[in-house]
Amino acid sequence: MSLPTTTRMVEVRTQVLKANDNDARLLRQRFHNNGVFVVSLVSSPGTGKTLFLERTLTMLRERYRCAALVGDLATENDARRLERAGVPIRQIITGSVCHLEAKMVSDALVGWNLDELDFLFIENVGNLVCPATYDLGEEMRLVLFSVTEGEDKPRKYPTIFNTADVAIITKIELATVTEFDREAAYASVQAVRPGMRILELSAKTGLGMNQWLEFLELRSAERSERLVVV
Amino acid sequence: MHELSLAMSILDIAGEESDRRGGAEIKSIYLKLGPLSGVIKQALISAFDLAREMSPFSKVELVVEEVPLRVRCHVCDTERELPCFQDLCCPECGTPCGDVVCGRELEIVAMEIES
Ligand SMILES: [Zn+2]
Repeated sequence: MSLPTTTRMVEVRTQVLKANDNDARLLRQRFHNNGVFVVSLVSSPGTGKTLFLERTLTMLRERYRCAALVGDLATENDARRLERAGVPIRQIITGSVCHLEAKMVSDALVGWNLDELDFLFIENVGNLVCPATYDLGEEMRLVLFSVTEGEDKPRKYPTIFNTADVAIITKIELATVTEFDREAAYASVQAVRPGMRILELSAKTGLGMNQWLEFLELRSAERSERLVVV
Repeated sequence: MHELSLAMSILDIAGEESDRRGGAEIKSIYLKLGPLSGVIKQALISAFDLAREMSPFSKVELVVEEVPLRVRCHVCDTERELPCFQDLCCPECGTPCGDVVCGRELEIVAMEIES
């Protein structure tokens, strides 16, 4: 390429997501200061994520103070469904945006006293691609997939599985009917995120829900200890 | 897709750099992209072509360098480049390697400016 004027190269080391990363860092600090354990959920549509969250909130609210933010495309209304769990719920309408960003989370939290919460859940928009790139300041990211979606789901969406902390296999009550190959599913998760913790459950029958809540309480307690030490 | 919003962020960062240099014209933007960034190169370039039309930098070029995925194998005690991001294990000893050294990049590394 010939140019009439001279040009020169300048080094610019800048993260494209620096604005979101910064918002997420501030959120994470705030969550730590307020002692609230924040869990985000990502999945494809149809995984049963909303039912899982409803069940989790219903069981957890007996002992803890919980709330949830729900990212919905304009056409959905998971928030209304979740209100049945009897905890504060706020909806984040993303419109045409296919993922949540940290700024949307902090905007949605305006007016909530985080000091009064033990657990906050953030349900992302049903999408396994775009949410991978955005840190929301969460402590734990769950990626959910159901036995009906196929064992190779993790290998099809390696990035989101790689950025998540825990994989949850849902609709386990259908495992036999769908001839779900557990070993293949576990291998697929381990291939894209070695060492990842996997939990199996059914929000419908309640199978595995207690183990999930015990796991969550344990992680939350460990985090509190870590923060006290630091 | 989220590529359009990323393209707009890239142009915003170019705008900041131009302002910092007294309105210098930005000719091209060099970006490093890792396979685990969650961004597809072609989708980003298409989105960028669209986004720059709506920006003050309608002629700026985006040069994307795809960087390889590298992990650390703790058994071999060395870094390994992986040919495929759907199977994070050491190509030599087969040990699963979750320790990603690079491959998540979504970073502007340089710009070519008119001087
Ligand atoms: Zn090795």
